[in-house]
Amino acid sequence: MTFETNTMTKDPILKVERLSMRFGGLMAINDFSFEAYRGDITALIGPNGAGKTTVFNCITGFYKPTMGMITMKQKAGKEYLLERLPDFEITKHAKVARTFQNIRMFSGLTVLENLLVAQHNKLMQASGYTVLGLLGFPAYRQASREAIEIAKHWLDMASLTDRADDPAGDLPYGAQRRLEIARAMCTGPELLCLDEPAAGLNPRESAALNELLQAIRRDTGTSILLIEHDMSVVMEISDHVVVLEYGQKISDGNPEFVKNDPRVIAAYLGVEDEEVEEVIEQIVEIESEQGGTQP
Amino acid sequence: MEYFIQQLVNGLTLGSIYGMIAIGYTMVYGIIGMINFAHGDIFMLGGFAALIVFLLLTTFMAGVPVVLALLLMMIVGMLTAALWNWTIERVAYRPLRGSFRLAPLITAIGMSIVLSNFIQVTQGPRNKPIPPLVSSVYDLFGITVSLKQIIIVVITAILLSVFWYIVNRTPLGRAQRATEQDSKMAALLGVDVDRTISVTFIMGAALAAVAGTLYLMYYGVVVFTDGFAPGVKAFTAAVLGGIGSLPGAVLGGLLIGLIESLWSAYFTIDYKDVATFSILAIVLIFKPSGILGRPEVEKV
Amino acid sequence: MANVASTTASAGTELTARALREAVFSGLITLGLFVLFVGLETTQNIRNELVLNQRWGLLVIFVVVAMVGRFLMVAYAQPWLAQRKAAKAAAPDVAKEETFFSRNFSKIAIIALVLYPPVIVALLGVQGSLKWVDNFGIQILIYVMLAWGLNIVVGLAGLLDLGYVAFYAVGAYSYALLSSYFGLSFWVLLPVAGLLAACWGVILGFPVLRLRGDYLAIVTLAFGEIIRLVLINWTEVTKGTFGVSGIAKATLFGLKFDATKTGFAAMMGLPMSSAYYKIFLFYLILALALLTAFVTIRLRRMPIGRAWEALREDEIACRSLGINTTTTKLTAFATGAMFGGFAGSFFAVRQGFVSPESFVFLESAVILAIVVLGGMGSLTGIAIAAVVMIGGTEILRELAFLKVVFGPNFTPELYRMLIFGLAMVVVMVWKPRGFVGSREPTAFLRERRAVSGSFTKEGHG
Repeated sequence: MTFETNTMTKDPILKVERLSMRFGGLMAINDFSFEAYRGDITALIGPNGAGKTTVFNCITGFYKPTMGMITMKQKAGKEYLLERLPDFEITKHAKVARTFQNIRMFSGLTVLENLLVAQHNKLMQASGYTVLGLLGFPAYRQASREAIEIAKHWLDMASLTDRADDPAGDLPYGAQRRLEIARAMCTGPELLCLDEPAAGLNPRESAALNELLQAIRRDTGTSILLIEHDMSVVMEISDHVVVLEYGQKISDGNPEFVKNDPRVIAAYLGVEDEEVEEVIEQIVEIESEQGGTQP
Repeated sequence: MEYFIQQLVNGLTLGSIYGMIAIGYTMVYGIIGMINFAHGDIFMLGGFAALIVFLLLTTFMAGVPVVLALLLMMIVGMLTAALWNWTIERVAYRPLRGSFRLAPLITAIGMSIVLSNFIQVTQGPRNKPIPPLVSSVYDLFGITVSLKQIIIVVITAILLSVFWYIVNRTPLGRAQRATEQDSKMAALLGVDVDRTISVTFIMGAALAAVAGTLYLMYYGVVVFTDGFAPGVKAFTAAVLGGIGSLPGAVLGGLLIGLIESLWSAYFTIDYKDVATFSILAIVLIFKPSGILGRPEVEKV
Repeated sequence: MANVASTTASAGTELTARALREAVFSGLITLGLFVLFVGLETTQNIRNELVLNQRWGLLVIFVVVAMVGRFLMVAYAQPWLAQRKAAKAAAPDVAKEETFFSRNFSKIAIIALVLYPPVIVALLGVQGSLKWVDNFGIQILIYVMLAWGLNIVVGLAGLLDLGYVAFYAVGAYSYALLSSYFGLSFWVLLPVAGLLAACWGVILGFPVLRLRGDYLAIVTLAFGEIIRLVLINWTEVTKGTFGVSGIAKATLFGLKFDATKTGFAAMMGLPMSSAYYKIFLFYLILALALLTAFVTIRLRRMPIGRAWEALREDEIACRSLGINTTTTKLTAFATGAMFGGFAGSFFAVRQGFVSPESFVFLESAVILAIVVLGGMGSLTGIAIAAVVMIGGTEILRELAFLKVVFGPNFTPELYRMLIFGLAMVVVMVWKPRGFVGSREPTAFLRERRAVSGSFTKEGHG
């Protein structure tokens, strides 16, 4: 089985190789490989229960995969094998940040405090692991001011400046989504993983989200990997789409390619058993056609 | 070998009492997710009710048969303890349902303090010894088994069977299990959640009162502070067995009874509680949700 | 018009009927609850046998009080409360003006505490001040400090610790044993006691951090009991239940508070009195408590303090932000334990005697209750709760006039814990979030607005 390969020149930031994850008798992900490229917005899509969130949890260390290798390659060239790191070190050292499908706010902290918690490791160092800060050394005060500046920048980006001193739990849903992304960005990631960022948003909030994501990519060069259900969002903003069904990859390419891939259409619309042969024939046909037209 | 079996018998007796108290903890925890700290004192209250009934019988109806006396002690104890637990739930826990999680824990600790001090104030701080109710002792292949022990184990077995039947085979039990799984959904499907919770407190208290009566019969003495140590151990038993699980509570109770009597017999009686608590800590470190508890899945 | 009047009249009779019904019901419940325990009393006769003493009159009083109380409640108090609530809801929301007092509450409180001993001495004389400085001042401040220490673990980090008294015990015995075996002074041993308690915090904390919620609660309770039982049974070192007595007193830069020529009283040319030592101890515990508050306030504005609060709100989100939750929890445990240790060594030096009796579970429960009743995380609220709960029960010892009402055999002390327990229940039902339910943010852009208690979580680890 071959997939579209127009990405030879691109530099992969994340390489997932032969990833498998088993829960008891259930094979949630089976031999799944893909690459996300630096500076791209990569979308991971698939029907419900395809295993997208499981892939995310493996990448960000919340699950330890049964098999496989996940390599994160930073701009400076340093490589990390994510499946070997505990979850918090993946954010701390490998610079992969994430958001959650059901938003996880620190709802009793203010919006600003949420963004300051995200800068924990940097501030911890600046405060001499609390000791120097407790004694009132100026280095911490300086770092603390800088942290607030960074927070301000992200509040601005997420258009939350007006709500900075409100409890995060008081924000409307769309604003909480943006805050969660801003918070993840405050950890200074090179790869940002977003789990269904557009879920439950109204069209206006959805547009604001798209803008935020585009701005993140434009201004910081952060690569983005996102899980999404909403095809319009995916098609609009992503550069590269990977399709997952029953824990296996069924398509991988640019949005245009994936949209027309009969396997994807079959997976999303559902195909009767007797039609499977037919569909596969069609696929082979298309693949050979593409092999001819594309270099 | 005989010594060992003798200790097993002793441990089993003690464990039965712990198990019966533990059920009250585990049921309340299962249904409203709260550690009912006052439960140990409900057990003590049941013991005191039995004591007072016993004194009433010996004062006004001398010569009443022992079986009838025991039965009356248990029934009055059950009624009194159930009424207390019902009232406490209404007054101290129900107004806080669905609010801050620590608030009912604090009222429960407050109620525990209230109950033990109430008994101290009304009944006096001294030990309350009674003459032995049953004193027959049997010798089975070199092992001494007292009638008291037989009564305790048999009554525990009977009550647990009844209890098992109620929880697993009656509409009331079904309502309880539904409330335990998801109280909001149960309410939407027509289960009277408030009533179900009240019944749970009543059932737990009734079992604790029986345990209290048997405790009084076994040791022949009760004092107002008696709620604490057996209460903590029964709670430990419930956690050890996996809190929320009924068989777990019984298993945990038996295990703690056995650990206590075997440790006292073979090592030193001074450190028996240290042994119990250490084993709890060790088990939880390796199996964080207890022996029969459902592991808590952390959904990301 | 007449129609309306008749409706209200019939509503009135209906209300009275309902109140009567409920009163009878309450009376029956009260009868059932108290018939055995109040109606009858078990006492020993001369031959040391248990006999029953009948007190039916007392039982009748209980039942009547319950019925009348319930009737008044349903017929008058509840409609009045509902009316007031409706009136409040209807009235326009007037922004509460911050008074000078509420703005500077903590400063005023500190000044008042500093002035407390001289004022008491001036009012009641040196000997008369003893009771007020010791039983009220020192006693309350010890609990304030303990509750502030536990607040770091429970209120900030959201870890339910039911065995906090263990660290108090470690601190107390550290001072008691190290000073009696090695003759070290209080000022050397104070930090040592804190460090030892913190070490125990880490040792006990490490294995249990994987546990969540109520499992953590029971294991901390178990550890508290284990430490107490070891203190009881390890008689060679701790002298068991007899306790360690004759613990050295603290000195003020070498100045002793005793009757010798070089003692404080002689140096100052004052008549000898133990009150001076008590006043010294008062300032000592005040300083320790303020240190606890100062460190807590500082820590909250530092990354570690924010991480604690974030941990209380959502542990998984913390991990996703690169926070090592294990070390974060351990530091919370250790910091809380350290203040417990300080308080413990102070306790030992104040009593001059320690025994396992002082470190029972009830103490942990009382400290936890103060933290929750005060409002988790709020230093002011906790201080208020400590004053109300500890001061309130201490004051019961002083109510001699009650003997006039209830007869000469009435001892108010006997009801101390009963009332304490009832107060815990009543306050909690009345204010489930504690006296101060809101949270002060640790940083702000434009204005510092308190976060309402309905947003903060209580942690589950």
